[in-house]
Amino acid sequence: MKEILNLKDVVVEYERRNETIRAVAGVDLTLNSGEILGLVGESGCGKSTLGKAMVGILKPALGEITFDGEKVKKLTRGQLPKHFRNLQMVFQDPYGSLNPRRKIGAQIIDGLLVSGMKIIEAMENAESLLGKVGLPKDAIDRFPHQFSGGQRQRIAIARALAASPTVIIADEPISALDTSSQAQVANLLVNLVEEFGMGMVFISHDLSIVRRISDRVAVMYLGKIVEIGTTTQIWQNPSHPYTRALISAIPHADGRSFMPSDLPGDVPNPMYPPTGCRFHPRCPLAMPECAITEPELVTLSDNRQVSCLLQISNTAPTPMTF
Amino acid sequence: MKLLEVTDLTVTLATSSGDAQAVRNLSFNLGHGEILGIAGESGSGKTMTALSLLGLLPYKGRAEGSVLFDGREILTCTKKEYRNLRGKDIAMIFQDPMTSLHPMLTIETQLTEHLRYHRKVDKESARQSALKLLDTVKIPDPAAALRAHPIQFSGGMRQRIAIAMALACEPKLLIADEPTTALDVTVQAGILKLLHQLRDERNLSIMIITHDLGVLSSLTDRIMIMYAGSEVESGKTSDLLMNPRHPYTNGLISALPGASKDGKVLTSIKGMPPELGNFASGCAFHPRCAFAEKSCSDSVPLALQISDTHRIFCPINPLKKSVDIGV
Repeated sequence: MKEILNLKDVVVEYERRNETIRAVAGVDLTLNSGEILGLVGESGCGKSTLGKAMVGILKPALGEITFDGEKVKKLTRGQLPKHFRNLQMVFQDPYGSLNPRRKIGAQIIDGLLVSGMKIIEAMENAESLLGKVGLPKDAIDRFPHQFSGGQRQRIAIARALAASPTVIIADEPISALDTSSQAQVANLLVNLVEEFGMGMVFISHDLSIVRRISDRVAVMYLGKIVEIGTTTQIWQNPSHPYTRALISAIPHADGRSFMPSDLPGDVPNPMYPPTGCRFHPRCPLAMPECAITEPELVTLSDNRQVSCLLQISNTAPTPMTF
Repeated sequence: MKLLEVTDLTVTLATSSGDAQAVRNLSFNLGHGEILGIAGESGSGKTMTALSLLGLLPYKGRAEGSVLFDGREILTCTKKEYRNLRGKDIAMIFQDPMTSLHPMLTIETQLTEHLRYHRKVDKESARQSALKLLDTVKIPDPAAALRAHPIQFSGGMRQRIAIAMALACEPKLLIADEPTTALDVTVQAGILKLLHQLRDERNLSIMIITHDLGVLSSLTDRIMIMYAGSEVESGKTSDLLMNPRHPYTNGLISALPGASKDGKVLTSIKGMPPELGNFASGCAFHPRCAFAEKSCSDSVPLALQISDTHRIFCPINPLKKSVDIGV
């Protein structure tokens, strides 16, 4: 597997009233071709901010993001180097991400026209792209309001595919959809990744869907990655208390009246992150030392990475029980 | 006697292309201290069912049939009678606590308003009740919370405040429309625990509307599944989720990410939910149903009892098991 997207110590900050909010506080991450990396965490943990930085919508304050060996630059009004067209994003809300006043065809071929394709050829291409995402060819002459949420998300995906991407950043692509469309759109994304050998970062707060489709999962808390490993490792044997808490909070739809456990407290204000380990004020296993020492992301013997003082580098993960 | 008995409820809404039925001949009941879940995709009529109980239907919407609340017909209530019912005997919480709370008023103003309206109590005793309510829903430092505005709270805390507001006049029935959909799982679990506890402590009846079957599994005693404005299946939570009998319920359960065993591919129901005013004839689900027969498009399906507490609206009963209890 080839490494296609690389993040090195990425920090993203927002300015508000002369104060700086560090939404992403130093993230190292790699994405390989042909894999789906799930990015999970509670709202406000910085996962969407990180996704936007990956495609250049936001500029990292520190650190470096490289796509296929070249540094990702901030998007401007001017043209990006051709190379970056292969890095695409799909947004959460297909009602907001499509222009309501332009026909579907016109919106899809934008990317093709920019790459110098003739309009007739581009239109033919758009038709085949619509076919790929499971929509009829005549959709080309219709407007976004004539489609349901699930269909609009398919259009947004077709538009991203027009640039023949090698990486897609999908930010909550199915959260706004109904149960039956959720499964359909998730399946479409999985099939496209397999068919074209793309890499995909799948940002979601819905852990059960991430579990299903991802090869690897990264768990974020307050701007940092607390654990990253294969989906099986994360689910069967979470080695960070936060990962464990997230998983035990998922209700089971099995009719056995299982009551999920809650995680008391809220995600702290990123403007004033807690000292030491950022999770310690909510952690059921917190020790006095956790408030002082900030844990490093260490690699355990099963190759996963975790940042918790209870875990020791190059050893088997200590099970989390509480 | 049940707390709520709904018989043949039909809700008609005025759309740009004429009248359309959002709820069709719906009958269900809810006992004292019972938690009923109503599930279905968007447009299945679950929210309209709830709004019709409160007399809150959109402009030109009308409800027919019968709704007996505590033995009293409420569908024929006047505006004034509804005002005395809402917030007092029946309370509702909504999906998004940021829009259901007033952003410019303090929590105290909002929490005491209907106490003073319904109970005619003075300001100080309303304040004392408000403090107690905030404590019930586990808001830390209730006194400080009373002085605060909604923006100062997180989503989960706001939903707790909305629940406190709903509980102020000790309603017999709490209607919760997607109460945890906008929240993170960790926070959702806390709200579910709170609702469960309120039922146990106050014998509160709860009607919860959601599309999340996981939430229903944790919280409810019984579930009703709706499709295109009608009931397709209802039964005890464990029966319905472990042994779904209607093809639509079965499809919903199989579409859950945790349901099928291997591979990345999720099972999905083909097609998409029908739009209002465009429901198929006969059984509205037949265009998407894998077991549909010719007769399905002809007549509206009647209830088929699987057991005393479990019924489906599908005469074919394609998922029939060899042994049926009570049939």
